[in-house]
Amino acid sequence: MRSLRRSTWFRSLALVSATALALTGCSNNSGSTSTNSDRGPITYVQGKDNNNVIRPILQKWNDAHPDEKVTFKEQSDNADQQHDDLVQHFQAKDADYDVVSVDVIWTAEFAAKGWLQPLKDDFAIDTSSLLKPTVAAATYNDTLYAAPVTSDGGLLYYRKDLVPTPPKTWDEMMADCQIAKQQNIDCYAGQFAQYEGLTVNVSEAINTNGGTIVGSDGKTPTLDTSQAKAGLQRLVDGFKSGNIPQSALTYQEEQGRQSFEAGKLLFLRNWPYVYSLASTDGSSVVKDSFAVAPLPGVSGVGTSSLGGHSAGMSVYSKHKGTALDFMKFLESEEIQRLFVTQASNAPVMSKLYDDADLNKQLPYLSTLKTSIENAVPRPVSPFYPALTKAVQDNATEALKGTKSVDQALTDMSAAIKAASGS
Amino acid sequence: MSTQTLGGARRSGDAPHGGEPPRLGLQDAHRRRVRNAWLLIAPTLVLLAVVIGYPIVSAVIMSLEKDPGLDPATGFFVEGGFAGLSNYSHWLLQQCNSSGGPVPCPPGSLGSQFWPSTFTTLFFTAVTVPLETVLGFWFALIMNRAFRGRALVRTAILVPWAIPTAVTAKLWYFIFAVAGIVNSLLGRQILWTSDAWASRFAIVVIDTWKATPFMALLILAGLQLIPDEIYEAARVDGASTWKTFWTITIPLVRPALIVAILFRILDVLRIYDLPAIFGGGNATATWSILVVQQMRQGANAASALSTIVFLFIFFIAFVFVRFLGADLIGRGQKGKDAS
Repeated sequence: MRSLRRSTWFRSLALVSATALALTGCSNNSGSTSTNSDRGPITYVQGKDNNNVIRPILQKWNDAHPDEKVTFKEQSDNADQQHDDLVQHFQAKDADYDVVSVDVIWTAEFAAKGWLQPLKDDFAIDTSSLLKPTVAAATYNDTLYAAPVTSDGGLLYYRKDLVPTPPKTWDEMMADCQIAKQQNIDCYAGQFAQYEGLTVNVSEAINTNGGTIVGSDGKTPTLDTSQAKAGLQRLVDGFKSGNIPQSALTYQEEQGRQSFEAGKLLFLRNWPYVYSLASTDGSSVVKDSFAVAPLPGVSGVGTSSLGGHSAGMSVYSKHKGTALDFMKFLESEEIQRLFVTQASNAPVMSKLYDDADLNKQLPYLSTLKTSIENAVPRPVSPFYPALTKAVQDNATEALKGTKSVDQALTDMSAAIKAASGS
Repeated sequence: MSTQTLGGARRSGDAPHGGEPPRLGLQDAHRRRVRNAWLLIAPTLVLLAVVIGYPIVSAVIMSLEKDPGLDPATGFFVEGGFAGLSNYSHWLLQQCNSSGGPVPCPPGSLGSQFWPSTFTTLFFTAVTVPLETVLGFWFALIMNRAFRGRALVRTAILVPWAIPTAVTAKLWYFIFAVAGIVNSLLGRQILWTSDAWASRFAIVVIDTWKATPFMALLILAGLQLIPDEIYEAARVDGASTWKTFWTITIPLVRPALIVAILFRILDVLRIYDLPAIFGGGNATATWSILVVQQMRQGANAASALSTIVFLFIFFIAFVFVRFLGADLIGRGQKGKDAS
């Protein structure tokens, strides 16, 4: 408690100065000390490199640029800790955090705090070859603030031995639940425990029906629409009818995967990482009997939420020229290909999804492309932590049936409004 | 008078060496001792002021500032300015800002969660500490007895305390999973990590499991200080086991017991890791969890919250020490009269 209070103090001290700097930076955006011609050694900051892909990539870069070497600062594997680590270093105006890996949901917050170099004018990068939703997720206030590096989209895992043709729409899937009933297994599950995954699933439901959670300013709620209602209602009905089991209220990614691999689940919404696990895990009884399809929608493909990371440039970097080149390097085809083959990270470059070799290695790639092409970023909001809490708390009550859908959406709107004080 | 001169001369001559002069006025000796004592504890006091006083004071100062707000024209955050006590009323009255003045904080905002989290925290304290005390006492009595295999029993009882809380929380998470062992044994499908009261119950079970050994250990230390002769005398006088327990064991173990209970109360009031890792959503969100969540949304409001929590915990600890510290003997004797 004590150390906590002390760190809040340091934080706010730095926050105040950072905000002051943001304000001055605002009047003259390229007025920061470093320009795109400043070169020299830089540091790249990212969470734990589980697949050992970053070090070989940096080696490649360092061999080609001996005077502009990139050092790797590896953070923990916990997303909250990564976020807090970045915030602390930005508040301290640390010039040693040149290029940082930014989760799509942090972009707006960091941009609004004035910590990320806007990627325009001298710092513009070419995004024409990238999947559009990944660019949208890195854009705040009509300005690109980070370079998309990896992406992620939701897939529908299904049992091809029980359902020969995957459902294209939600209604078709609900009809297929008859099969689950006959087999005495659960029908559908996503991530419905009260955590970030719930925001992903609720956003998908609302977006699929054409609704949105907030407007383009990232803070005005837009939930008072028939589309948003219909979206949340679909999930609530799923729980009511038992097509989504009550136990799914405790599911994060892993619990759903375990249930699916144990053969107790007909349909599962999850990320691509499940594919290789479900086909190789010793405990998986569905190794040869599952396949993937795009998420089911209202009349066609559903709308996935978007995951993934971008590379952002710190405004405090002293070698922004090198930083910019390195960010472009991360987006080059060669490196994007490495991310796919070495770490199974979904690329942001659209043409790689049609590559025959890659498709052979990752059979879900073309399905994933459909998913990401139809994806909508989770709300790009500078108040994201408050926003996701508003969604999680109220959606949980609606799914449990302790609150009506209308009331849940009204409360969600009010809580989002309260976050920005408007 | 002569002593004073003597002492004064000595003082100026000997002080740098700090040696004790052979003949010295009583008053002066006392003064010197006091001064030396202050000098000796000064480093500690400075250290305490830096690591305890400074954070507390700075948190209070921060709590009087508004959190940065978004400038609608630029889309950038700007400094919030002086807040007065609005951060405090935000938590205590659950008022949130809006363009039309303060409104009650809507469900799904952190502001609406202060009193529910207060209830949760106090509930955990009120339920787990008595459970841990009773069970811990029982364990301590067992461990205090001489029997074959006592070392083994002592080790076994201490194991839960030795496991890091994060690991404990994860272990029990699997035990309480929907498809976990508890549900299989009960033959029911209880959502231990989602349902409000089920998850609170689970937290109580886990915390009791984990902290009872701590209680037992402290109480055991107290029990071992009680001389055997007193028990022998009681036996010679023909006192029953029950009477021996209430008139000898309880009063004599009281100091150790009170310290143990106070430690546990403070621990549970600050509990973070167990509910944060086990889950349960808002139903198990304690004060500390709320503070950490608020840190990511605004450090100044979080400072106000941690100051409020600090005062609450301080108050509770104060009441406990004053009330129980003075009264437990009286109660113990009343118990004796009744029996």
